[in-house]
Amino acid sequence: MFQTLLAKEFREQWRTWKIIVFLAVFLITGILSPVLAKYTPALLKSIPNLPAGLADLIPAPTVADSVAQYLKNTGQFGILLVILLTMGVMAQEKERGTAAMLLTKPVSRSAVILAKWLAGMTILLTGLLVDGLACLAYTLVLFEPLPFGAFWTMNLLLLVYLGVYLTVALMASTLARSQAIAAAGAFAGLIVLLILGSLPRLSDYMPGQLAIWGNSLVLKGDISAWPALGVAAGIIVLALVIACLRFEREEI
Amino acid sequence: MIRIENLVKTYGSVRALDGLSLNVKPGVVYGFLGPNGAGKTTSMRILSGLALPVSGRAWIMGKEIGQPGSDVRSLIGVLPEEPAFYGWMTPREYLRDFVAPLYQLHGKVAARRADELLETVGLKDAANRRIGGFSRGMRQRMGLAQALIHQPPVLLLDEPVSALDPAGRKEVLELIETLRGKTTILLSTHILADVERVCDVVGIIARGRLIVQARREDLLAQYVTPLFEIESDNGFGHWLEWVEKQDFVISVTVSNHTARLLVKDIHTAQKPLLESLAKETLSVRRFEMVHPSLEDVFLRLTGKEA
Repeated sequence: MFQTLLAKEFREQWRTWKIIVFLAVFLITGILSPVLAKYTPALLKSIPNLPAGLADLIPAPTVADSVAQYLKNTGQFGILLVILLTMGVMAQEKERGTAAMLLTKPVSRSAVILAKWLAGMTILLTGLLVDGLACLAYTLVLFEPLPFGAFWTMNLLLLVYLGVYLTVALMASTLARSQAIAAAGAFAGLIVLLILGSLPRLSDYMPGQLAIWGNSLVLKGDISAWPALGVAAGIIVLALVIACLRFEREEI
Repeated sequence: MIRIENLVKTYGSVRALDGLSLNVKPGVVYGFLGPNGAGKTTSMRILSGLALPVSGRAWIMGKEIGQPGSDVRSLIGVLPEEPAFYGWMTPREYLRDFVAPLYQLHGKVAARRADELLETVGLKDAANRRIGGFSRGMRQRMGLAQALIHQPPVLLLDEPVSALDPAGRKEVLELIETLRGKTTILLSTHILADVERVCDVVGIIARGRLIVQARREDLLAQYVTPLFEIESDNGFGHWLEWVEKQDFVISVTVSNHTARLLVKDIHTAQKPLLESLAKETLSVRRFEMVHPSLEDVFLRLTGKEA
C-alpha cells in the first residue's frame, strides 16, 4: 500500500513537470555557483571608472568562494523550491476531493503523509546530487578539486537543513484546508525559522548552523554543530508527528 | 448488512443527523431518499469513514465503524456525489496502477479488472485520455468503476446517475440491477423514477431522521392516497376556489391544464366533484382516479404534500 502511494507521488511530480523544474533549478545553481565565484571579481574589476586602488582590494577568487556561493545559492533557492513543491500537496488533495476518494480505500492516513514526505525528500536528495555534481565538476575545472567526502557530507547536512523547511511546509499543508492557507502557513514557518536563526545564542542551535558546519567541513575548519543537527532532526520528527496526528483525526 | 443506530452529527448549530437509524439487509438495493440537507451525504460520509458521528453507532457486515481494528473500507466501494480524480492520470492508470493495488490487486489481475470495468462503464475508448479533460458524466462513470474494482460486498452510491444523460443513466441503472442479490447497495438519489426502477427497499430521510423504511411496493400500498386528476382545455377558473374550500379535499396542485386533487376519501369526494364540474362551463377532457407515485409519497412524508 505504501509503495502504491509513493509511486503515485513520484509519478505526479514527474507528470506535472515539478520534478523537471526542481532538478533544472538545482542544476543551474550547481553550475552557476563556481562560475559566479570565479568571474564576479573579474566582472567587478572591469567596471569602467572604478575608483583608483579599489580594483586591487578585490581579492582573487578561491575554492572557498565557490563553496560559499554553492551554500548560499543552494540554501536560498532550495528553501523556496521545497516550499513551493510541498505547500500544496495535502491541501490540494483535500480541496479537490481526491483525499476523500483515497481515504475511502483501505489506506493508513499516516502512510499518505509519510509517502508525500518521503517522495519530497527523495526528490530533494536527487536535486542535491545534481547540484553537487555540477558544482564539483565546475569547481574542478575553474579552481581545484573539492574534498569529495567532506563535500558530500556537507550536502547531507544541506539535505537535513532543507528537509526542515520541506517538512514544515508539509505540516502547514496538512493543517490547512485550502492551498492559500497552506502557502501562508509554509511561509510563516519559514519566517519564524529565519527569525529564530538570526537571534544571538539561539542561532547556534538552529538549522541554519548546518550550512556553516558544512562549509567548515569542506574548508577543513573546526566548526561543528551537533546541537543544530539534533534540533533540525527534532523539528522534522515533530512536524511529521503533528501532521500525522492531525490528519488521522481530520474529517474530510 | 448495514446497520445504523441513533446516529447524531452536528456541524456547529446545525443538526445534520438527529438520531438516524436504519437497517439494510444483504443483497438489497436500498434507495436512500430525502430532500437536500436531509442528511444523506453525511450518513454516507460516516459509513465511509470520512466523518465521525457525535453519538450513535454504525456497522457494515458486523464490523463497527470507527472502532480500532475494525476497518470496513476493504468491504465497501464508495462513489461520492462529485468524484474527484488526479487530472494528470488516465482512467486505465488510475484503476490499474493506483486503486487496484490499494486492494492488493496487482499485475495482470489488476490490468484485466481495470479493462473490464472501463468497458462496463463505457469508458473503454477514453482509457488512455487524461481524466483532467473528462466531463462530469464521464467522471461519474469513472467513480463507479473505481468503486467496483475489488468487487465489494457493499456499495455506497451517492447520487450515482445525477450527472448522466438519459442514455448513461439507463446504462448505469442497468448495471446496478445486475448487482442485485450479489451486492448490498445503499443508493442515495433525488431522482424518484430511478428509485422506483431499481430499489427494493426505500428509506425516506428528512431533517436527519428516518421517516419511513419499507419495501417499495409496501410503501406505495401503505401510503396509497386517493388522487383525482382532472384535465380541462380551458383551465379551472372559479372552480378551483370552490374545490379548495371543500372538507374532503386535502390539497390541490395545478400544472398546465391538469389539476391534481388529494382527497380524504374517494367515495365521499367523487360525487360532489363530478357534480361541480358539470355545473361549471369547463371543457373537461379527463377525470381520472390515479395511483400515487413514489414522488407523491415522498412529498407527503417530507412535509410537502402533493
